Amino acid sequence: MDLTLSPQEEAFRDELREWLGANHPGEEPEGDEAGFEFRKAWQRKLADAGWAGISWPKEYGGRGATLIEQAIFNEEIVRAKAPQVANVLGLVMGGPVVIAHGTEEQKQRYLKPILTAEEIWCQGFSEPESGSDLASLKTKAVKDNGDWVVTGQKVWTTFAHEAKWCMLVARTDFDAPKHKGLTYFLMDMEQDAVQVRPLRQITGESEFNELFIEEARIPDENVVGGVGNGWMVALTTLMHERAGLAFGLQVQLKIALGQVMELAKEHGLDQDPVVRQKIAQLYIESEAIRLNASRGLTQIMKTGIPGPEGSLTKWMWSDTNQALTELAMDIRGPEAPIIDSDWTYRFLRARANSIEGGTTEILKNIVAERVLGLPRLR
Amino acid sequence: MNFDFTDDQQAIKSTAREFLASRFKPEKVRQLAESGEYDASLWDEMAELGWPGIFVSEEHGGQGLGVLELVILTEELGYVAAPSPFLSNAAAGLMVQHAGSDAQRERWLPGVASGKARGTVGVVGNDGSGALVPDAELAEFVVLVDGSSAVVVPTSDASVERVDTIDDTRPYSRVSASGGDALERDVAGGLDRVAVALAGEMVGLAQKSLEMAVEYAKDRQQFGRPIGAYQAVSHNCAQMLMEAESARSLTYYAGWAADHEPESLAVAASMAKAYASDAAFRVPARSLQVHGGIGFTWEHDLQFFLKRGKTDAHLYGTAREHRERVAELTGLGAAAPA
Repeated sequence: MDLTLSPQEEAFRDELREWLGANHPGEEPEGDEAGFEFRKAWQRKLADAGWAGISWPKEYGGRGATLIEQAIFNEEIVRAKAPQVANVLGLVMGGPVVIAHGTEEQKQRYLKPILTAEEIWCQGFSEPESGSDLASLKTKAVKDNGDWVVTGQKVWTTFAHEAKWCMLVARTDFDAPKHKGLTYFLMDMEQDAVQVRPLRQITGESEFNELFIEEARIPDENVVGGVGNGWMVALTTLMHERAGLAFGLQVQLKIALGQVMELAKEHGLDQDPVVRQKIAQLYIESEAIRLNASRGLTQIMKTGIPGPEGSLTKWMWSDTNQALTELAMDIRGPEAPIIDSDWTYRFLRARANSIEGGTTEILKNIVAERVLGLPRLR
Repeated sequence: MNFDFTDDQQAIKSTAREFLASRFKPEKVRQLAESGEYDASLWDEMAELGWPGIFVSEEHGGQGLGVLELVILTEELGYVAAPSPFLSNAAAGLMVQHAGSDAQRERWLPGVASGKARGTVGVVGNDGSGALVPDAELAEFVVLVDGSSAVVVPTSDASVERVDTIDDTRPYSRVSASGGDALERDVAGGLDRVAVALAGEMVGLAQKSLEMAVEYAKDRQQFGRPIGAYQAVSHNCAQMLMEAESARSLTYYAGWAADHEPESLAVAASMAKAYASDAAFRVPARSLQVHGGIGFTWEHDLQFFLKRGKTDAHLYGTAREHRERVAELTGLGAAAPA
């Protein structure tokens, strides 16, 4: 057991730290459009310096970073309070899927503009009737003159209004068992047959959208991984979404916890034994997330397979972040609901943590079935 | 970075697993617990394997390995709820090794390492009622910790009075003594290592309780299917796994810190003891719930894990006390005097 970084890993971290220190673009400007342009510019800067898509192979513009380097990257980006990148779904999910399942032509066509944020990607998986039971989705794609014609509705599509490409899973075979009849497409968002409507959340913001698709056309060459393989291809993207995320999230929790400690001092509650117990417990849970993720990483490096550990840490993170924002509200006392800081936003936004990227209930099913080997009811 | 055991550590673990499975079969544990005794020949066998001195320096007759290797053993002992003076003796050895003078080490460590003159550790309560000490009747000496100071006392010079606890797998006594030989070096560092060793035992208790629940949930049928198919049960099991694994990660980290990054040990040890203390009760308690009525019976072995887990949780600093220390060390500063 050796929990220190190797000299190479330390060098990687130091190089990244130094670069972030010299290139941090400062605060994101107010307003949705200005903010998005800012994120695009930041991603271009990262890409030019070789810090975008670091897990991708070098031949496709990445760094071929090891899993530990990816973990370090996620930690350092959060620690430096660097801005978000514009094309997060393209980098984390779209690119890896094209690399894993795409044809050489698709790799040549799609990968570079993902890295540079020239083309933004969004994800068309969930539907109003298909959330946790994703494989039951009904959006249908029918072959017509060499093209696929798609009709249906998608929901929770982040960045849809900015996106050029949508990672779309649609049903191409209605007679096959539900997991077998799906196909993974790259759909051009720039067509009239695709309508984007913002979805307003309890925070008042519109981070997400609904997609209404009425006979949109997708050329056959935009199928990824073969007709009928959509479920398998989509699962890869979900794995990519969960793996490695924990390292950045635990740093985020530590930063937030520092802010909660400050808040407790401001409100004269830093000596309150109940508050102290709660803060300590949150700190311990953040550390448990980091350490569980590190143990998971060691296992992946040994076996080559991402295990269900990602499910465990994502579930723990949502519990911890919700408890943290609730504690901040508790400390604020009668003033808590007043919108005079970002705590009210963070408190409300945290309610989605246990739903987005796999509900806690589904994650518990995964742990129960795949780790503990308990029987499935379905 | 490599968060896994080395081949040598893995070998210690599998030897221990195999040895303990054959020596501490459930019926043996029950027999020892119900008679309130330890098996001296089993202790001699462990001593022959070099276990009591695994962390003791070679010059004092030990193997000179680390706290992490000790944790591997305490976890496996917890996994079978072994009635054994191993933990208390190791605790005494850790205190003397880290807080004792050269002369004190010379005097006490060889007996700890050979298992022939065992020690134990107690923490004096705030109410002046004397320390609650495991295995005191069988020990040659006791380390009594009072705040940031500690003394070592031959048991023959102390008052030792047996008390009944809910944990039948380990005898406890109230111990008080006047005077004693003060330990002048790193008392806090010694106690941190004791807490980590105990956390290891609690990880083992939690792990076995989880496995018992999962096995039962696969086997037990109600309404025509195994109860583990119901999410009310399976999610309870998933929660147990999360708590057992988190306790394990925190404990291994603390063991590693003790050996390789001592500046992180204080926080790491308190995190491990706090979390594992909660898990060592909650996981067996959830396991009992999964077992239903049978889990509440004297005849079921789960009771030994639940009661030892709850007792361990209160030994060498409660979860509350260790969380307070985490709060102090991670940014809130010392609590104001009451």
